[in-house]
Amino acid sequence: MLIIGEKLSIIAKRVREAMMKKDKGPIQEIAKTQWQQGAGMIDANIGPAEDGGEDLMQWMVTTIQEAVPLPVCLDTTNYQAVEAGLKVHNNEWGRPLINSTSNDPERFPMLELAAKHNSQIIGLTVGKGGLPADAEERAGIAAEIMGRAMEYGVPLEDIYLDPLVLQVATSQDHALKVIKAVRMFQELNDPPMKTVVGLSNISNGCPKHIRPILDKYYLTLLIYEGLTAAIADAHGVAETAKTIDIIMGKTLYAHSYLEM
Amino acid sequence: MAFVIPKETYSGKVYPVTIGTGDNAVTFGGENVLPFNGFEGSTPNKPVIAYEIQDIPPSDWPENVKKPFEAVSGDPVKWAKHCQDTLGARAIALRLTGTHPDRENLSAGDAAKTVKDVLSAISVPLIILGSNHAEKDSQVLVACAEAAKEKNCVIGKAQEANYKTIVAAAMANNHKLIAMSELDINLSKQLNILITQMGFDKERLITDPMSSALGYGLEYTYSVMERIRLAALAQNDATMQPPMVADVGMYVWKIKETQALEADLPMWGDLAKRGVLWEASTAASLLISGAELLIMRHPEAVQAVEKFISEMS
Repeated sequence: MLIIGEKLSIIAKRVREAMMKKDKGPIQEIAKTQWQQGAGMIDANIGPAEDGGEDLMQWMVTTIQEAVPLPVCLDTTNYQAVEAGLKVHNNEWGRPLINSTSNDPERFPMLELAAKHNSQIIGLTVGKGGLPADAEERAGIAAEIMGRAMEYGVPLEDIYLDPLVLQVATSQDHALKVIKAVRMFQELNDPPMKTVVGLSNISNGCPKHIRPILDKYYLTLLIYEGLTAAIADAHGVAETAKTIDIIMGKTLYAHSYLEM
Repeated sequence: MAFVIPKETYSGKVYPVTIGTGDNAVTFGGENVLPFNGFEGSTPNKPVIAYEIQDIPPSDWPENVKKPFEAVSGDPVKWAKHCQDTLGARAIALRLTGTHPDRENLSAGDAAKTVKDVLSAISVPLIILGSNHAEKDSQVLVACAEAAKEKNCVIGKAQEANYKTIVAAAMANNHKLIAMSELDINLSKQLNILITQMGFDKERLITDPMSSALGYGLEYTYSVMERIRLAALAQNDATMQPPMVADVGMYVWKIKETQALEADLPMWGDLAKRGVLWEASTAASLLISGAELLIMRHPEAVQAVEKFISEMS
């Protein structure tokens, strides 16, 4: 399973300060740690970035790729910032991933960017009218996103469908609905559609010591249903991902498998 | 519609390993497809066969495989030269049988001297094998690795019980290394991990999953090799991407089928022919399951397998 290292978010104080000061040190250090702990891609979340988003995203992409040989997940609602980031992205280590389009018309232009720059893209299964009620509604939105992607010329293999994980503390019934959606998404195409989740949403708002436990067990169930990728802290989930790969026969067992 | 051959493509690739120095260095491995499936990808190097010789006369070899070497096998230097110059060996595997405590119990110093003498007489790559006594090997192979410094030899075999000293010696003297485990794919992966965790470059390793002779568990070796190769190619498992060696001769020439006289077992047919066939068919099977380096004894069996390789490639 692909881990998209999530630690580079503007929400974190240390990262925000580094972004403001254009201080490469902390950004590269975090990216490196995520890479060493098993991330196959790095999420660069610069928020809405209304002012100077283009510069900031370009700086983030180049700063990250100077430090680690990985592709970047461009995480912002700012269309211009995404395009600016795609222009400087080094595809030598894999293609970029746009985070994200959805069923909201304001997000349709992201598909245009994906087609134009040969990028992969996350399709978040929400519309303009609020949160989906269940797995079936998520799958319905997914189908609409897929149809639109084809109109824009984005191949279905380049789409990661995101069922939108909600907080277990406030929306407990959605935990299972999301798992079901991951299963249903894959049935929407042959070869199966790729899927992604923002894992830590499940434990958002929970006491700090419980969060890694919730994340880990939730990820286990999701991977069992065929999840392709998770935006998560590599440090917290690498052990789970490696262990499930062993149990599911995707990696050959050896006593030191966790060290690989 | 014309028939289109279905093709498999793999994400992984076997590391190419080069042994020896100068014009006579040889490379094996490097492919990104299952054995001989060149139509699916790239197979840059053919498997290599090394002739097995010993530091002491081969008193324990059956008559039929002793005979082709009887004029030279009293002296490892002559024997090595004969394999290189007369038989056209591309590599030579020197087994230090005489160092085994139950045989002549030769010292590490004796072994190092033999290695030096053989190396100065030949120009093809040398594979240096212990007597398969874990404790003694860790002394003998350290001395030999040093004696062969910078000759880019293969040192073998590092096993779970003795790998640390042997790995360190191979690393310090810039050799390649055979890592052997006993017919267990998970332990084979584990040993490769432990060795690379010592700082030994995984691209200098050769995996020995342990051979066996046709009729004596060959199917186990075959299956372990096949699974190792699939892990390397289909799962892109870097710990399983070193090329593999099949130490064929020593297993084949100790079984009944290569020794029983036709007079005693007439339905088994001509013994001379039988032994060669047994070694050749065991070797060919292991090539098909994924071996890139073979260690063999009988010149006629080697010829037959060379022919097989060139026809399959």
